[in-house]
Amino acid sequence: MKRICDDVSLVLCGEAGQGIQTVETLLIGAFKATGYHIFSSKEYMSRVRGGENSTLIRVSSRPVRAFIERVDVLFALSPGAVEHMGDRAKETLVIADDGLDEEGAIGLPIIAEAEKLGGRIFANVVAAGAAANLFGVNEETFDGAVRSLFERKGPDILEADLRAGRKGYELGEELRGHLEISIEPQTSVREHVVLNGTEAVGIGCIAGGCRFMSSYPMTPSTPLQIFISENADEFDMVFEQAEDEIAAINMCLGASYAGARSLVATSGSGFALMEEAVGLAGMIETPVVIYIGQRPGPAVGLPTRTAQEDLNLALYSGPGEFPRAILAPGKLEDAPDIAAHAFNLAERYQVPVFLLSDQYLADLYYNLPAPVVSVEPEYHLVRTWEGYRRFEFTDDGISPRGIPGHGSGMVRVDSDEHDEEGLITEDMDVRRRMVEKRNMRLDMLRDDALKPEVIGDNSHALICWGSTYWPVREAIESSDADVAMVHFSQVYPLPHDTLELLESFERTAVVENNYGGQFADLLKLEGFEADARLNRYDGMPFSVEGVAGFIEEVLL
Amino acid sequence: MRPEDYDMETDIAWCPGCGNFSILRALKMALAELEIPPERLVLVSGIGQAGKLPQYMRCNHFNGLHGRSLPAAVAIKAVNPELTVIDVSGDGCMYGEGGNHFIHNIRRNPDITTIVHDNMVYGLTKGQASPTSQPGFKTPVQVHGVFEEPFNPIAVAVALGATFVARAFSGDVERTRDILVEAISHHGYALVDIFQPCVTFNRVNTFQWFREHTYYTEHDPEDRLLAFEKSLEGYGGGKFPLGVIYRVEGERTFEENLSIYREDSTPLWRRSHDPEKLKRLIESKRRV
Repeated sequence: MKRICDDVSLVLCGEAGQGIQTVETLLIGAFKATGYHIFSSKEYMSRVRGGENSTLIRVSSRPVRAFIERVDVLFALSPGAVEHMGDRAKETLVIADDGLDEEGAIGLPIIAEAEKLGGRIFANVVAAGAAANLFGVNEETFDGAVRSLFERKGPDILEADLRAGRKGYELGEELRGHLEISIEPQTSVREHVVLNGTEAVGIGCIAGGCRFMSSYPMTPSTPLQIFISENADEFDMVFEQAEDEIAAINMCLGASYAGARSLVATSGSGFALMEEAVGLAGMIETPVVIYIGQRPGPAVGLPTRTAQEDLNLALYSGPGEFPRAILAPGKLEDAPDIAAHAFNLAERYQVPVFLLSDQYLADLYYNLPAPVVSVEPEYHLVRTWEGYRRFEFTDDGISPRGIPGHGSGMVRVDSDEHDEEGLITEDMDVRRRMVEKRNMRLDMLRDDALKPEVIGDNSHALICWGSTYWPVREAIESSDADVAMVHFSQVYPLPHDTLELLESFERTAVVENNYGGQFADLLKLEGFEADARLNRYDGMPFSVEGVAGFIEEVLL
Repeated sequence: MRPEDYDMETDIAWCPGCGNFSILRALKMALAELEIPPERLVLVSGIGQAGKLPQYMRCNHFNGLHGRSLPAAVAIKAVNPELTVIDVSGDGCMYGEGGNHFIHNIRRNPDITTIVHDNMVYGLTKGQASPTSQPGFKTPVQVHGVFEEPFNPIAVAVALGATFVARAFSGDVERTRDILVEAISHHGYALVDIFQPCVTFNRVNTFQWFREHTYYTEHDPEDRLLAFEKSLEGYGGGKFPLGVIYRVEGERTFEENLSIYREDSTPLWRRSHDPEKLKRLIESKRRV
């Protein structure tokens, strides 16, 4: 009999519509309540029914936070599941529904039992019950997870799901004869929270004083739109679904002009529609936070998959020259602070600020101690006075920002080149000074840039940004190689000492989820050229094994 | 208040004799009559000759992107319902570039007013057809004349249930002022399409032409079917009715539908939230 002591990876794979996401929620709830550290990440096809969708759940006595290729246990609920996992399921214990006749798999009557209980719809909960038993979750804890998920759906549905869960749990008993899993529960985990990347950013947006959000649905940014909508009443926010992306960002600029901190969420193609208004934000010096949940492009690309392909799009968006900042949180621990900081930066410098995330980060879950948001909203609005000039020339290029209806001045903003008062001008001297005023704030943004996080005191380094934080970190920490990690959660403008820091390593490589090496190229503009690049652009995130293999084979 | 209270000393870039001057005058007269202080007034505009109007008035202004004035205007009003928000646009900006926003903001019913300077031609870009140009209208790019049916904003607005729909003619400043007074005081979304001759690029739809092709209607504007019938007049021959075409009172506005204003009328921008609430939200994530 096979025995696994720790860090088990469980994959549940089935068709869209089979409720794989429900299983994910149920199991991470039950595992966390047991005291196991968990990490989960899903990959799914862009369809509502059919296809193959899977969720990876890592279960461990130690913190686990990154995607891995290895699959220890696979629950196959659809005919194509095993094939879908390909090479990843080579040394895997496969548990398949009896009806699938999967060769070499342990058969369980999951669907048959579900049908007896009222329909195939219960198959997911039956499977979750079996998995819970296999992983040593006690039955009461599992019942509790079922309750917490189905209670709001009414007593009948709850009762039926409890029965399905218990039946599954009973079936799971048989699995224990094939595989012994022993994971030491940790009491500290029970006090932890479980967040996904969307919630971590959303919490930061609320903490940063977000008051207004307008967006158009687009995967994988839609979850942030849902998060803000769900919390809008409690936190005095307005969420409005716009008729298109162009309306969304223009609404945000109107709201911001009137004094509300504003957020817009979108993805690549949706953001492409917003570009003109990024220029407007630059011209009228009006703060706005733009969240881009990246996915592979061009055009529609792979709607439900992951990528870091839109750094250049954000960096060069909008006509003309004006400053901006681009932040890219990499982990749930500091994503709230980074998102809150984005709102402060936008207010302080009156510029557009980007938050770059991606499908992988937006959708992954893990447990962590409840984050304390240390960044507090800074307020810079002034009460206007008679003769107030919105674009008054100042030493640092930052004019006191007033809003209409607050004070006796007139707040006039114009997309045409304008004078201090906001009136259209073609005076070349004024034009020159306005260009300088707008752009001089880039130096201040650079002074304020978030420092990269360096893990390890080693000779060589992997350089990364955004969501690749944990796959890279786990790879260097699990390897004996002399390699550190340098992770940037602000990718533009880069802090002053970036070049000095990166040059202190002997060999370096830049890891990013794109083909061209957009961040590596940005570093070249800073005067730094890495020795190698690791790029992945098939729509999947980096795995710990993938990064570790690269360290061995290429970097060293 | 007096119309002069909104005067700006500035160089006006419109052509001498442009119909826009009368709209500017009528608007100042209407605002003075309504006693709207300039510091509580926001004029929002896009791009085009009409889009320059806010420059020529003493008040707050947001001159944004071509076709995108409405999204900005609706958000300004939502963030601060104490402001009077007037969106000033042209036939190209509102019905062409901004057509999608025009449709959907009627559905929202924000308590703002849209004034469209409708001269049936693109003035700023020097004389191409606009969505409201009449069939047969020849331009340097529509060399064989316009063959598309003109956009009928009045019929679209009535069909979508805009709560106030009117048409005016800038050649009649007094009546235009009266219509604007009604539109701005209307509680809900008000559209005023103002026929306005372009003296430089439209030699067909002149002051004389508009006088001959319009009349003031006396129908009951609360009768929607009748309003729809009126909205079709003038297209394909005959005269265009002027005045209030359709009006419905008592509909909830966009701002009133926002849950933040249900119990508390404090403008959104003045609100702050309790960090304890955020802590509770984070702690609620202990349960999956």
